[in-house]
Amino acid sequence: MNLLELLGYFNYWVFAIILTVGLYAVINKTNLIKKLIGLSIFQSAVFLMYITMDKVEGGTAPIIQAGVEDQVFSNPLPQVLILTAIVVGVSTLSLGLAMVVRISECYGTIEENEILDSD
Amino acid sequence: MDLLAHLPALQVVVPMLSAPLIVLLQPRGLAWAGATAVAVLSFAIAVTLALAVLDGQTVEYAMGGWPAPYGIALSVDAFSSLVLLVITGAAAAALLAAKPSIDQQIEAERQPLFYSAWLLVLSGLVGIVVSADAFNIFVFMEISSLASYILIAGGPDRRALPAVFKYLMMGTIGATFYLIGVGLIYMMTGTLNLADMEARIGDVIDINPILVAAGFITIGLALKAAVFPLHVWVPNAYTHAPHMVTVFLAACATKVALYVLIRFDYMVFQTKLDDHEVQFAMFLMPLAILGILIASAVAMFEGHLKRLLASSSVAQIGYILLGASFLSLAGLTASAMHIFNHALAKGGLFLAVACLAYQYRDLRLNQLGGASARMPWTCAAFVVCGLSLIGVPGTAGFISKWVLINAALESGAWGWALVAIILVSSLMAVVYIWRIVEALYFQEPVEGNDQISEAPIQILLVTGLVAVLNIYFGLFPQVPLELANSAAVLLLEGSR
Repeated sequence: MNLLELLGYFNYWVFAIILTVGLYAVINKTNLIKKLIGLSIFQSAVFLMYITMDKVEGGTAPIIQAGVEDQVFSNPLPQVLILTAIVVGVSTLSLGLAMVVRISECYGTIEENEILDSD
Repeated sequence: MDLLAHLPALQVVVPMLSAPLIVLLQPRGLAWAGATAVAVLSFAIAVTLALAVLDGQTVEYAMGGWPAPYGIALSVDAFSSLVLLVITGAAAAALLAAKPSIDQQIEAERQPLFYSAWLLVLSGLVGIVVSADAFNIFVFMEISSLASYILIAGGPDRRALPAVFKYLMMGTIGATFYLIGVGLIYMMTGTLNLADMEARIGDVIDINPILVAAGFITIGLALKAAVFPLHVWVPNAYTHAPHMVTVFLAACATKVALYVLIRFDYMVFQTKLDDHEVQFAMFLMPLAILGILIASAVAMFEGHLKRLLASSSVAQIGYILLGASFLSLAGLTASAMHIFNHALAKGGLFLAVACLAYQYRDLRLNQLGGASARMPWTCAAFVVCGLSLIGVPGTAGFISKWVLINAALESGAWGWALVAIILVSSLMAVVYIWRIVEALYFQEPVEGNDQISEAPIQILLVTGLVAVLNIYFGLFPQVPLELANSAAVLLLEGSR
């Protein structure tokens, strides 16, 4: 595989890097908020993957218009799918933050190791 | 019947639309009554669907009238109707019994919200099962997971919060892995419908993305299903959840993820990917065996009643997976059968635990001495369900272990070793159930527990009913066995 081919997959490389960065934060950080940030980064990587795969070179928005035929358009379905997944991600994040608030109320800390010590 | 055609949709829509309405039922007890009525109605729908499936039908439903490969399809076959029975049955039984226990654990003003979240879990779980669309499964998976985080964190025990946080992390990673896998398949095939996917994978030229997708989907769902060693969220989440929530989730939540895992690997991948069945079996069988042995061993030394049963759940997931990894008719039958029977046994055990917990604040085994004298019916039900979990002849658990052992013997040269593992783990189950029975029946009572009497009749009746069902399905297993068998036939047809 030569350099140009590698660069051709630029978005997918970014996807892989963001995915691992997010996963690393989830696993390695002890602060619960930082863990949630990591989780969010991890999920956004997937959004990028879906958006990348629907792009058709030279494609436009898929709108039916009188007089326009044989137009190349990008696949709208992955965008719709990922819109749903973004909503799911936002709900997960807000629920996670609500949990952190309650953990902070009950334990007085949001550091994972301190929480484990206090039980 | 005309209504029958709409039942797959109603199965999801009824609990989903009732959930926000339940929030409005503020007066005491009404929310419980409403949620219970909805759960019982869902169970009735599931039974009707099961009867239709037993007649040899597959009930299909095209959402919004769009035909299958383009629109979102729902379909109920033998496998899904068996799992539907488990989910709705567990939800209905737990809710019927729930009121005294929930009243004790959750403040009155938060109860409508709590029951509403319960119905969302129910609708998410049944949605996963009836859906024939890969992305739809993801959305329902997240609906049920988010709502179940709320249920688990809803109790008075503050240790539930870190447990839920861990569950949320692992659950979301699992769901995202699943989403990546679905994306990769969509990229190569251009479809999200499971049946269509299977048909089109054969035309894919570069098979690598599909292989990666198979890996992502298997790992993601194994996280959700608490397959060893991805099970670390289970013990704490089950232990610190409100007792009735444990009954509901332990009976069905992880099994639904296993259902999707089995369905994906058998119906979509195995026909089309070379050697996928071998990879699937070689990867999952060692995990299943390790899970069975290690989780049972952990349960043998566990001192807390709920945590002990949660560890045993991980081992039981191993049995279901072991059956599926035999790749044979008998193995899959055992798998599907164990989904049903384990839900009965573990649901009954956790119901009995909820009875005990109503009276005993501390559920460590050394605090439960003399419970049999104080709560004889609860303890009797516990013993019956415990025997079923071990797999004593005459109980439901025996049927699935018997089918599983037969499948192991058929599976070739290593069959005897597998049978030995199943027997050893059953002996381990004898040990850990005996430790509880010893505590309940033979241990000296702890000081200050002499005022305790039997649990409220409402929980007790349901617990007794589940215990009786454990014996009934041990003596007359025809109906679940027939469903499990046709499910196995269906799954293997896909992989031919």
